[in-house]
Amino acid sequence: MASRDDTIFALATPPGVAGVAVIRVSGPEAVRSLALAPGPLPAPRLATLRWLEDAGDRLDQALVLRFAAPDSFTGEDVVEFHTHGGRAVVQSVLRALGSLGLRPAEPGEFTWRAHANGRLDLTAVEALGDLLHAETDRQRQQAISGVSGRVATLSEGWRDTLVEARALVEITLDWADEDVPEDTAPAVRTRLTGALDRIAGALAGGPVAERIRGGFEVALVGAPNAGKSTLLNALAGREVALATAVAGTTRDVLEVALDLDGLAVTLVDMAGLRAGGDLVERLGIDRATARADAADLRLFLHAPDAPLPEAARRLARPDDLHLATKADLAAVSTGDLAVSGATGLGLDALSSRIAAILGERAAAAGPVGHARQIGHLREAADAIRAAIETLETDPPEIVSEHIREALRALERLTGRAGPEAVLGAVFSRFCLGK
Amino acid sequence: MFHVKQRGRIVVVGGGHAGLEAALAAARLGAETVLVTPDPAAIGAMSSNPAVGGLGKGHLVREVDAMGGALGRIADAAGIQFRLLNRRKGPAVQGPRAQCDRALFAAAAQAEVTRAGLTVVSGEVVDIDVSAARVAGVTLADGTHLTAAAVVLTTGTFLGGVIHLGHRQIAAGRMGEAAATRLAGRLREAAFAVGRLKTGTPPRLDGRTIDYAGLQPQPGDDDPVFLSHETEVPAAGQVPCHITHTAPATHDVIRAHLAESAMVRGEISGPGPRYCPSIEDKISRFGDKDSHQIFLEPEGLTTDLVYPNGISTSLSEETQAAFIRTIPGLERAEIARPGYAIEYDYVDPRSLDHRLAHREIAGLYLAGQINGTTGYEEAAAQGLVAGANAALSLAGREPLGIDRATGYLGVMIDDLVTQGVTEPYRMFTSRAEYRLHLRIDNADQRLRPMAEAIGLAPRSPAFAAKQAALEGARTTLRALSLSPTEAGRLGIPVNADGQRRDGMTLLALPDVTLATLVPAAPMLATLAPALGAIIETEARYATYLDRQKEEIRRLAAEEAETLLTDLDFASVAGLSAELRAKLAARRPATLAEARRIEGMTPAALVLLLALARGRPGRRSA
Repeated sequence: MASRDDTIFALATPPGVAGVAVIRVSGPEAVRSLALAPGPLPAPRLATLRWLEDAGDRLDQALVLRFAAPDSFTGEDVVEFHTHGGRAVVQSVLRALGSLGLRPAEPGEFTWRAHANGRLDLTAVEALGDLLHAETDRQRQQAISGVSGRVATLSEGWRDTLVEARALVEITLDWADEDVPEDTAPAVRTRLTGALDRIAGALAGGPVAERIRGGFEVALVGAPNAGKSTLLNALAGREVALATAVAGTTRDVLEVALDLDGLAVTLVDMAGLRAGGDLVERLGIDRATARADAADLRLFLHAPDAPLPEAARRLARPDDLHLATKADLAAVSTGDLAVSGATGLGLDALSSRIAAILGERAAAAGPVGHARQIGHLREAADAIRAAIETLETDPPEIVSEHIREALRALERLTGRAGPEAVLGAVFSRFCLGK
Repeated sequence: MFHVKQRGRIVVVGGGHAGLEAALAAARLGAETVLVTPDPAAIGAMSSNPAVGGLGKGHLVREVDAMGGALGRIADAAGIQFRLLNRRKGPAVQGPRAQCDRALFAAAAQAEVTRAGLTVVSGEVVDIDVSAARVAGVTLADGTHLTAAAVVLTTGTFLGGVIHLGHRQIAAGRMGEAAATRLAGRLREAAFAVGRLKTGTPPRLDGRTIDYAGLQPQPGDDDPVFLSHETEVPAAGQVPCHITHTAPATHDVIRAHLAESAMVRGEISGPGPRYCPSIEDKISRFGDKDSHQIFLEPEGLTTDLVYPNGISTSLSEETQAAFIRTIPGLERAEIARPGYAIEYDYVDPRSLDHRLAHREIAGLYLAGQINGTTGYEEAAAQGLVAGANAALSLAGREPLGIDRATGYLGVMIDDLVTQGVTEPYRMFTSRAEYRLHLRIDNADQRLRPMAEAIGLAPRSPAFAAKQAALEGARTTLRALSLSPTEAGRLGIPVNADGQRRDGMTLLALPDVTLATLVPAAPMLATLAPALGAIIETEARYATYLDRQKEEIRRLAAEEAETLLTDLDFASVAGLSAELRAKLAARRPATLAEARRIEGMTPAALVLLLALARGRPGRRSA
């Protein structure tokens, strides 16, 4: 069994040539890594300029930072070396650290230690991952709020209300012989519906939060030769293209990820929709139809020489945009906007319209935006609903069972089990005992 | 001075409810057992209120009873009023309670001692002889050494006991009985993790001076439910209790004399329980409440003493006399014995494992109030576990395995040894995650087969017959298959969905009883009503029980992930210093145990799991 009483190190910045590289060391013996930077022990959190040396060989001149446990990212002693970002420099420092008996970190091990040491709850760990991958302003804002513990704080509030509700149920069970209110059901209901409303509110904003994180999907829908690819390329050329386009699920789908006014948006150009064709083509069309239907917004392309097929028209929803394409070729006939991918006509207006529509939706984003988090929150909401229902129909021990289940779901959400607080809530509220 | 040398002897120190149950359990398992107590005649004394059972507590008594223990039988023999609490609520939260005649209770306890042929030695244990981290025996105050292969300590409130009464402090274990002061000193010297706790008792009243005329009587149940599975009728005459309340004048008197209270003066260092505070605590903490309930409980059929439950106090005798007379019905009441607070030593139960065995000293077991609990029932249940495990261990056999899913006993012991106590620990049904499963009606089904198998409880033909009848009824119900039309004919409205439903499913529907199903399965008519009720309860909770069973299964799977016993928690990196210290102090044997340590994080558990499996933890951010 490998001992875990060890100190780990890793390059924290991307490998390759760069101005600066950060090498992080964490663990009980982190300070030992300062053997590379001879001199007095640097004060915590104060940058110190030092020469790094290994067996008399000068490796680099670096900024050295020391953090004393528990006031560090991982909650352990941490030392950071900010070296010049050359491959040979980084390699020589890493090699020297290894020769000190420290261990190279496994992927994600710093974050994992931060979680293990109680520095980050599960939702904050997830938000940290989002922050590292954030490419737009809205993604960043949402991730920052998660990293700062917003979900955990909300969850604590919901939990307190549920603990109170359960205490009010338990009072009628364990203290039946005492001077306690006979019927606490109305007070229990108030708390349960209060918690449910707040959780349901967070859940309602879940899909939008998920979109902000993963990107809104905007589908280009039109007959073959309606100008979809031209429009896609034109938009991609004008807006900031994001690095990490969501991988396409089918080969006949083209995707471009854009930053529209801080929102991550994936434009999807699919197989043209038309009736007929051979079997393979029809399968492609079915997939395209389903994808377009599931998208957050559809742009319907009406070209003078390629009218929208009937099947495509049926996908339209109120917010969707109808574009008169190839506006350079013919007079505007149908649609909200005349655009031309070839001349750039109307493209700015189109971008603004898309950003405005999605921006309005994004305003409704909730605090919880991960499938895992939404799943646990749904479990909690379902259990609370069941508790409210059984309040009418079943004895109190059943109601209590459902509330307990809701509490467990919240524990899974943050990955933190709170203390069994029900008895405390009972005793602080009622004078009990004979 | 005499020396007795014999291999395998168990010495039980203390003759209270824990000590008695420990000695009886060890003896039932065939161990040579000696019970040492300063006053053998006091075995079976009820130091506090003359009642046994209640919610959670009644559950514990049923579990003790299912394993051949004596408390249920003793309480039933002495019962002068039986009430099933929460009769109008679900079966899982009903608890039987018996008001007891003190004299009958003591006589029944003494009869158990005689019946079991227990050796009782009169003496005060002043030291535990330990050799090479293993118990060797005990030393009595007169210098006698009793050798022992195992010692069960059940010192109750006697360990370093100090009574507070007004401004007076008296070293005592009960009023008029000497405290175990020397043993307390030895345990502290031996670096046991010792703390102080407090409890209290109300003044005893002379019933002849109480005016019951205006008071609300509280009769027992017409169809009493007993503490033992085997009791069928009350043995003693039945009497009612009465209810009265404190008056504004009572509160005025107490407020004026609060300075007398040892608690208020800060002379008592140990915390008292939050749930049965003294009357002075109630009044100072809940100042807006202008009346508190008092149950006037008769102490027996042949005594005039009355126990006023609800006004435990450490105020001076004069103040007690003054406030008592402000209470309706007690205007002329005489106090026969004043109430008092008692402070005593307890050993941090986290120094014990789930057998209630000390982690450092082999062969040493602790049970009852010494572990920070309160109550006869909690004490007796631990006594049974400690005594049985001592005997099983000496015989080289597996310890009792009662987990949180099997019994309240498992919940209590798990809470004690993993969480420790911050106030005297009392059983509550809300502490049990599997409450719907842990019922008084199935305590025997849960525990008796195991107890019989290991020889802790005698083989019971009546229990075997009961099990067979229940299983027969379950089989019949599961075999039943009714279409919606057929169910309709029995008066059971179900959706006309073409689905056939079995008897258990139909029984779970509102207003359906076994009687409803008899036309379809005549065999059910032969089931005794008490057993029918059990089946109806099972059906009623079935959905929830299934869900809980799944949880129990998951828990068991987790339990199986035994941590490496040689794991050096102190050097586990990636854990907070606090968690490391807690782990090092408690040395959880399994992951499930580790999970219940306060402040444990899932991530830390993942780390422990990874360590147990001998591979490094991996997690991507």
